[in-house]
Amino acid sequence: MVTIREIRAETPHAKTLVLDVPGWPGHRSGQHVDVRLTAEDGYQAQRSYSIASAPEGADLELTVERIDDGEVSPYLTEDAQAGDQFELRGPIGGYFAWDASSGGPLLLVGGGSGLVPLMAMLRHLRAAGSDVDARLLLSARSIEDVLYRDELDRLAGGTAAVHLTLTRGPAPPGWTGWTRRIDRAMLAAVGPEPDRRPRIYVCGPTPFVEEAARLLVALGHEPTSVHTERFGPTGE
Amino acid sequence: MTPPISRGFRGRRRSEVDADRLPPGQYATSDFPVLSAGPTPRTSLADWSFAVGGAIGQARSWTWDEFTALPAETVTVDIHCVTKWSKFDTTWTGVPVDVLLEGTEPWGDFVVAWCDGGYTTNLPIAEVTGGRAWVAYEYGGEPLDAEHGGPARLLVPHLYFWKSAKWIRGLNLSAEDEPGFWENYGYHNYGDPWKEQRYWGD
Repeated sequence: MVTIREIRAETPHAKTLVLDVPGWPGHRSGQHVDVRLTAEDGYQAQRSYSIASAPEGADLELTVERIDDGEVSPYLTEDAQAGDQFELRGPIGGYFAWDASSGGPLLLVGGGSGLVPLMAMLRHLRAAGSDVDARLLLSARSIEDVLYRDELDRLAGGTAAVHLTLTRGPAPPGWTGWTRRIDRAMLAAVGPEPDRRPRIYVCGPTPFVEEAARLLVALGHEPTSVHTERFGPTGE
Repeated sequence: MTPPISRGFRGRRRSEVDADRLPPGQYATSDFPVLSAGPTPRTSLADWSFAVGGAIGQARSWTWDEFTALPAETVTVDIHCVTKWSKFDTTWTGVPVDVLLEGTEPWGDFVVAWCDGGYTTNLPIAEVTGGRAWVAYEYGGEPLDAEHGGPARLLVPHLYFWKSAKWIRGLNLSAEDEPGFWENYGYHNYGDPWKEQRYWGD
């Protein structure tokens, strides 16, 4: 059972929950947790959320983006307050996880709130003092939707190469990033080349991940090096 | 021990959802989410084949044309993903695994489904026989999309859907149980959604 210690707004649609988790066993960056809410009449709902905090972090943090017709995310992002409790299970997931000791290069490709587990990896990279060649390509609708914007600016100073692309105009004044959906040229520009055998982690809505994974394989990356985590509707 | 009440949480009760059809911890979706480990393999039908082998008296394999000429069934089933979504009344067309094993004299108790892209999953043979499993190549009357496992996927609707291996190319029988891809990552070896067997130790 966990208690919310603090809630932090990240963007107009997303909040970070800082949690007190008694007996938390630790985690690897990229892993997620299962959250279960119970209503007064016993009704329950469960969803999975990626861990945003690094394994080295003092607190367990989840970043939740509000989905309009969601059942759990509107509660967590609008109603929940410090002191509220719910059940949490984890960490879960041995496939979409990265440790600095595994080495790199590391290529992270995120769409929207798919950045959350990738941010845990970058935070871990920084906390571990690793000098792995790390590159992030983040696709977001607009600059207001970019999670952890200030922190990404700081990481871009030295921890990782950070590339952004905005898919819905207009771009802010002085914007030097891309302004289109990810494509082959963009991924080729971000690198690294396939012969450097990067470990690749792609996370985001399903259509984004499908396209990114397809492009990465087309560029020559080994399919088994492309780890994917998809979420959300496929629109079918 | 009663779970903690999440203050103010009411949830969204969908009255049109038949609660008896929803396993514990699941929610019903009308979408068809895709959750695969890695890029989607794309195998041409000319390159595709299906093989039954291993601990078996008579190994067998079929080309796509041979496979789709086998007796097939169309079934409508509910499916349940370990990531919490369930989808009711999904319609699939495929060859029953019973048909694939007919006359092969299997002597192994366990089967591993092996697939393009390297995915595997393991099941006791009892879970894929007796009319409980198919190798499906159509969904909703249309050829199965690569994203959803096409050209063909295993369909075992009574277990969590990671056991319904996408991009299946064969069934390998064995006297020993060999945990597959997700089972090796900590997911439950058996995966009964009605007992909520999501992870090892459940």
